[in-house]
Amino acid sequence: MKGRIHRRNISGCGLAGMMSEDGRLMSGEGIIRSMEVLHDRSNGLGGGFAGYGIYPDRQDHYALHIMYDDIKAKEMTDVLIDEWFEVDAEEVIPTRKVPGVGKAPLLWRYFVKPSADFNECGVCEEDYVIDAVMLVNSTVEGAFIFSSGKNMGAFKAVGFPEDVGKFYRLDEYEGYTWIGHGRFPTNTPGWWGGAHPFTILDWAIVHNGEISSYGINKRYLEMFGYKCTMLTDTEVVAYSFDLLLRRHNLPIELACKALAASFWTDIDRMKAQGKKVADVYEALRMVYGGGLLNGPFAIILGHANGMVGLSDRVKLRPLVAARKDDMLYIASEESAIREVASGLDKVWNPKAGEPVIGELRIPVSNTDAVRELEETVA
Amino acid sequence: MIIDAKGLHYRELNEQVRAAVAEGETDLTLLNVNGQRYIADAIDTPVSIIIEGVPGNDLGVFMNGPSLVVHANGQDHIANTMNDGKIIVHGDAGDVLGYGMRGGKVFVKGDVGYRVGIHMKEYKDKVPVMVIGGKARDFFGEYMAGGTLILLGLDTGGNGQDEIAGNYFGTGMHGGVIYVRGRLDDYQLGKEVKQLELDDEDRAVIRAYVTEFATDFGMDTEEILKGDFVKIKAVSHRPYGNLYAY
Repeated sequence: MKGRIHRRNISGCGLAGMMSEDGRLMSGEGIIRSMEVLHDRSNGLGGGFAGYGIYPDRQDHYALHIMYDDIKAKEMTDVLIDEWFEVDAEEVIPTRKVPGVGKAPLLWRYFVKPSADFNECGVCEEDYVIDAVMLVNSTVEGAFIFSSGKNMGAFKAVGFPEDVGKFYRLDEYEGYTWIGHGRFPTNTPGWWGGAHPFTILDWAIVHNGEISSYGINKRYLEMFGYKCTMLTDTEVVAYSFDLLLRRHNLPIELACKALAASFWTDIDRMKAQGKKVADVYEALRMVYGGGLLNGPFAIILGHANGMVGLSDRVKLRPLVAARKDDMLYIASEESAIREVASGLDKVWNPKAGEPVIGELRIPVSNTDAVRELEETVA
Repeated sequence: MIIDAKGLHYRELNEQVRAAVAEGETDLTLLNVNGQRYIADAIDTPVSIIIEGVPGNDLGVFMNGPSLVVHANGQDHIANTMNDGKIIVHGDAGDVLGYGMRGGKVFVKGDVGYRVGIHMKEYKDKVPVMVIGGKARDFFGEYMAGGTLILLGLDTGGNGQDEIAGNYFGTGMHGGVIYVRGRLDDYQLGKEVKQLELDDEDRAVIRAYVTEFATDFGMDTEEILKGDFVKIKAVSHRPYGNLYAY
């Protein structure tokens, strides 16, 4: 173990994401193969995935994925979960033995709905779920809720990504969006909870780089009740998107402009040219100064309705995108995309700080309404 | 000689290439390449290697003589610290192309990414040359210390970029020369460089390299040369000479 940790390794994290904008379901086998091409970008100290559409039979339940250091942590967490939620089902997350994945914590998942009386707390359902996640992660020793969205799940471990994918049997799941990550930890420990993706509700982030504004972002997010407990910089990105996209209801383009803000010199020039949008960019910088992400990053955000790729403003980390039919692919390297897709319609290098956006043609939040409408028409 | 790279790790592939070159093989074709790094690294024999598929990062790193032809896009860090030889890419190339390049040629038909030509340098007859057919992103020629970069801005790439280059063009540049087929706005330029008109010597240099480039890609030299070129050079040879001298 010691030799492995200290071995010199020329790496940088690896990212990949794929989504069907038609909402077609694909097995997790593809994202594993894609990540395997990026093997040498990581060093075996973290791999992980998130899949969307994987729990269709329980799509109205929040799926809590939890890692426990020991059974005591589980017992303590169970008390809180019973207090906060109605539990529909509780089970061990299925895994298989894989040589590249070492001793695992206890891995459990719960399909839950907020307790019937949650309204009395005076918060909306999503905030209630976040409060519960933050409570467990910050107070129960040895317990980490690492996934808390509906009809989606994060799967992560210490190991190379392709081994982690096999360990969690992702080939047995089907999802319309998959994102993956291979980790090369630089500043923070390589532990199971520190592998990517980092998630809250259905927002899942995989990240290559380092958020040097972490301290400012952490304090900013704490003002809104987010607690940073994962010992690593990336989790602030997940909470930032929850704040901007869900709570403040910003369009994705503007949320990305808040996090990867325009330079003042560019704003000044746009103003001089009479471009009205400069006022918007200026307002974003003033309102969301504490949310601005500094330092090198390339990220892929997964969420119920789509997938977003974004790099920092001066492109200090790689990001490539491609399209074929209804598919959008984003990865650290083109080869990761070519491995799983031939005859691409378009391959391009996205501009620094400008998001690549994939969206479900029929958003998930509308599906119930659409279904009702269809039933009415029928 | 043909090597099928399908499913090979970069170490296995590069060992096979090295072994073939050591045995005197002069023409190699690598099939089904996908993401293998360091292809042709540090090979110092003038062999020819044709690459089918997308080669991984650091293609031709430390290379000293071979000719590589890529019939696809390239990834990042192509020609890193390359000393001699030639790399021809028929698609786009990624970021940090030609990092610290010290000799040889790189021709890219399509677009290129960020920080292309960073830290390129020259010494006496070792003058690296890079010709880009398409468009470039920010930090083109960053900290460039020597060599020649030619940016043609043709519509040959996949990035769909409007402008020929991004911002921070030639930031920190203190040697070498860049020719651009088009004109840049002043705000795009780094503080250390200026746009200048061409002289006859410049025109001769451009004609020679564009002719070779057009021949390699089956394009029309005269059509490319119809465009208006500008020259971009450093204003000072030692922009940071006084940085630590109070």
